[in-house]
Amino acid sequence: MNDDQTTGGPGGVFAGLVEADDDASQWAFGTGFEDPLAGVDTTVPDGADPAALAAYCLMLGDDALIMSQRLAEWCSRAPDLEEDIALANMALDLLGQARLLLSRAAAADPSVVPALPAGSPVPAEDALAFFRDAGDFRNVRLAEVPNGDFAHVVVRLLLFATARLALLERLRASRDGVLAAVAAKGAKEVAYHRDWAGRWFLTLARGTAESRRRLVAALGGLWPLLPELFAPHPVETSLAASGAGVDPASVRAAADAVLAQVLAVSGVERPDDAPAPGGTPGRDGDHTAALGPLLAEMQEVARAHPTGVW
Amino acid sequence: MTTRAEPDAALRAAFDATIGRGDRIEPRDWMPDAYRRTLVRQIAQHAHSEIIGMQPEGAWIGRAPSLRRKAILLAKVQDEAGHGLYLYSACETLGVSRAELTDLLLAGKQKYSSIFNYPTPSYADVGTIGWLVDGAAICNQVPLCRTSYGPYGRAMIRICKEESFHQRQGYELLMTMMRGTDEQRAMVQESVDRFWWPSLMMFGPPDAESPNSARSMAWGVKRNSNDELRQKFVDMTVPQAEALGVTLPDPELRWNPERGHYDFGEPDWDEFAAVLRGDGPCNAQRMAHRRAAHEDGAWVREAATAFAERSAEDAREGAR
Repeated sequence: MNDDQTTGGPGGVFAGLVEADDDASQWAFGTGFEDPLAGVDTTVPDGADPAALAAYCLMLGDDALIMSQRLAEWCSRAPDLEEDIALANMALDLLGQARLLLSRAAAADPSVVPALPAGSPVPAEDALAFFRDAGDFRNVRLAEVPNGDFAHVVVRLLLFATARLALLERLRASRDGVLAAVAAKGAKEVAYHRDWAGRWFLTLARGTAESRRRLVAALGGLWPLLPELFAPHPVETSLAASGAGVDPASVRAAADAVLAQVLAVSGVERPDDAPAPGGTPGRDGDHTAALGPLLAEMQEVARAHPTGVW
Repeated sequence: MTTRAEPDAALRAAFDATIGRGDRIEPRDWMPDAYRRTLVRQIAQHAHSEIIGMQPEGAWIGRAPSLRRKAILLAKVQDEAGHGLYLYSACETLGVSRAELTDLLLAGKQKYSSIFNYPTPSYADVGTIGWLVDGAAICNQVPLCRTSYGPYGRAMIRICKEESFHQRQGYELLMTMMRGTDEQRAMVQESVDRFWWPSLMMFGPPDAESPNSARSMAWGVKRNSNDELRQKFVDMTVPQAEALGVTLPDPELRWNPERGHYDFGEPDWDEFAAVLRGDGPCNAQRMAHRRAAHEDGAWVREAATAFAERSAEDAREGAR
């Protein structure tokens, strides 16, 4: 290998750096702000209300975005390098799902996108992620509660991924072509998330007394947030009726069966279902105190430069 | 098999001949203890640098100003964890485990690149680290693809490919910011002002004061001198800075047609020594972060070990 060719000289790895607009295909994420849905037919299917479709996409998109933000907080903090890499992978998968879903929401109903100063180059997906306030986020509370120890992230992921996978498997048949495609891709990703969480659930349950104690504590703490994942919001019910969405109540049995199996193999008792207040607080924009600080961090730089280009 | 304590003259001659031919030493080959120690020191330091290097940029993942930038940054920091993993694996072929190396890092007995002891107070630093810090790292590392120890050289080939990709992403972020608002352009210049000199220090002390260089060069562990690589980095970076529209903070920087290279000023070697000693702006913070992650994860690693032992026991009983 010739050093000049690989570092500095003509044709070396740096040579292309000074060319401002070279072939975008060599970048993993492209070089511009092209619409993630570029080339996709975003026509709203007959019988589906565009506003409801947009609201539905925000719900599934915000679940992914906020969960991704929490998972990414683990970066450089995991118990071992392999787990650091796995957690970053899952955060990236969910971030990718969020980008498609937020873009889909904006394409279905542009009025959901917050207004920005005239001439702002911020794309719709970023306007939605960085310029909405907490009350406008539609994610379930399970996604937003603060991180705890490693058992906490294992349990949170197990509950989240089990419910989301059951949902995405059904959503593959959506009459909305974009949602169907997002679900088909997402189901493969979330299947890995569920397997990862399931394997660690078993490992911690049958590891040491301490790991089992921590796991049971995390399960007890997060269990009351599970029913919300299956409580149908009117938007979800209406989208399900038009064949574009899935009623989360309809996947509860499938998700419960998976959780029951993981608990049985691990020898962990199913926590009692607390008399929960019920309802769909997250979907209604009624969040825990944790979402505000999460958004303050996530939105800090974008809001400081509302006309900036990134 | 000959023990390492009493090397056969023939084994040493074979080792010297392999080095002389420019061929690679492989894990099962005989090697002098000092060669092994030098490699462990260098590869471990490199692995630790990748892992500690996750922190300065990782701090911005949660605040990345667009979802696309968030994805790029998270993937990049994840790549650094991957590089650490390959390098620890290369080091393990020399008979030392990742756990031992981590303990040496946390005990302060092994080092990491001093560049990661500088703070990253601005999002532009994400771009500048990609352009200048990863750029300097590539200059240092490309020659290591031909280093005499096989597993290290092979790890470096893959790492260099990914690093050059990161460098382009960093430069592309800066280019984009320079097309943005006045504030964004000011952020880029301010960040370049802070990172220029520390990047030049990444090549190590001047050749005359580099204690380990000569032997590493003779063994083919190192292929170019610190000053040669520093010059190469300056020569390639100046035109990139011009294309970007930033100034490099060195009044002595100018083209020297006689030498065919850029002349440049001397980095502050007292500052370099201080950061190396542990007195840089973020040394304590970086180590505390790494130590906390390691200690917080101890119970998980213990649980995984206990689970693996129990599963193996169950399998043995099942087979009985």
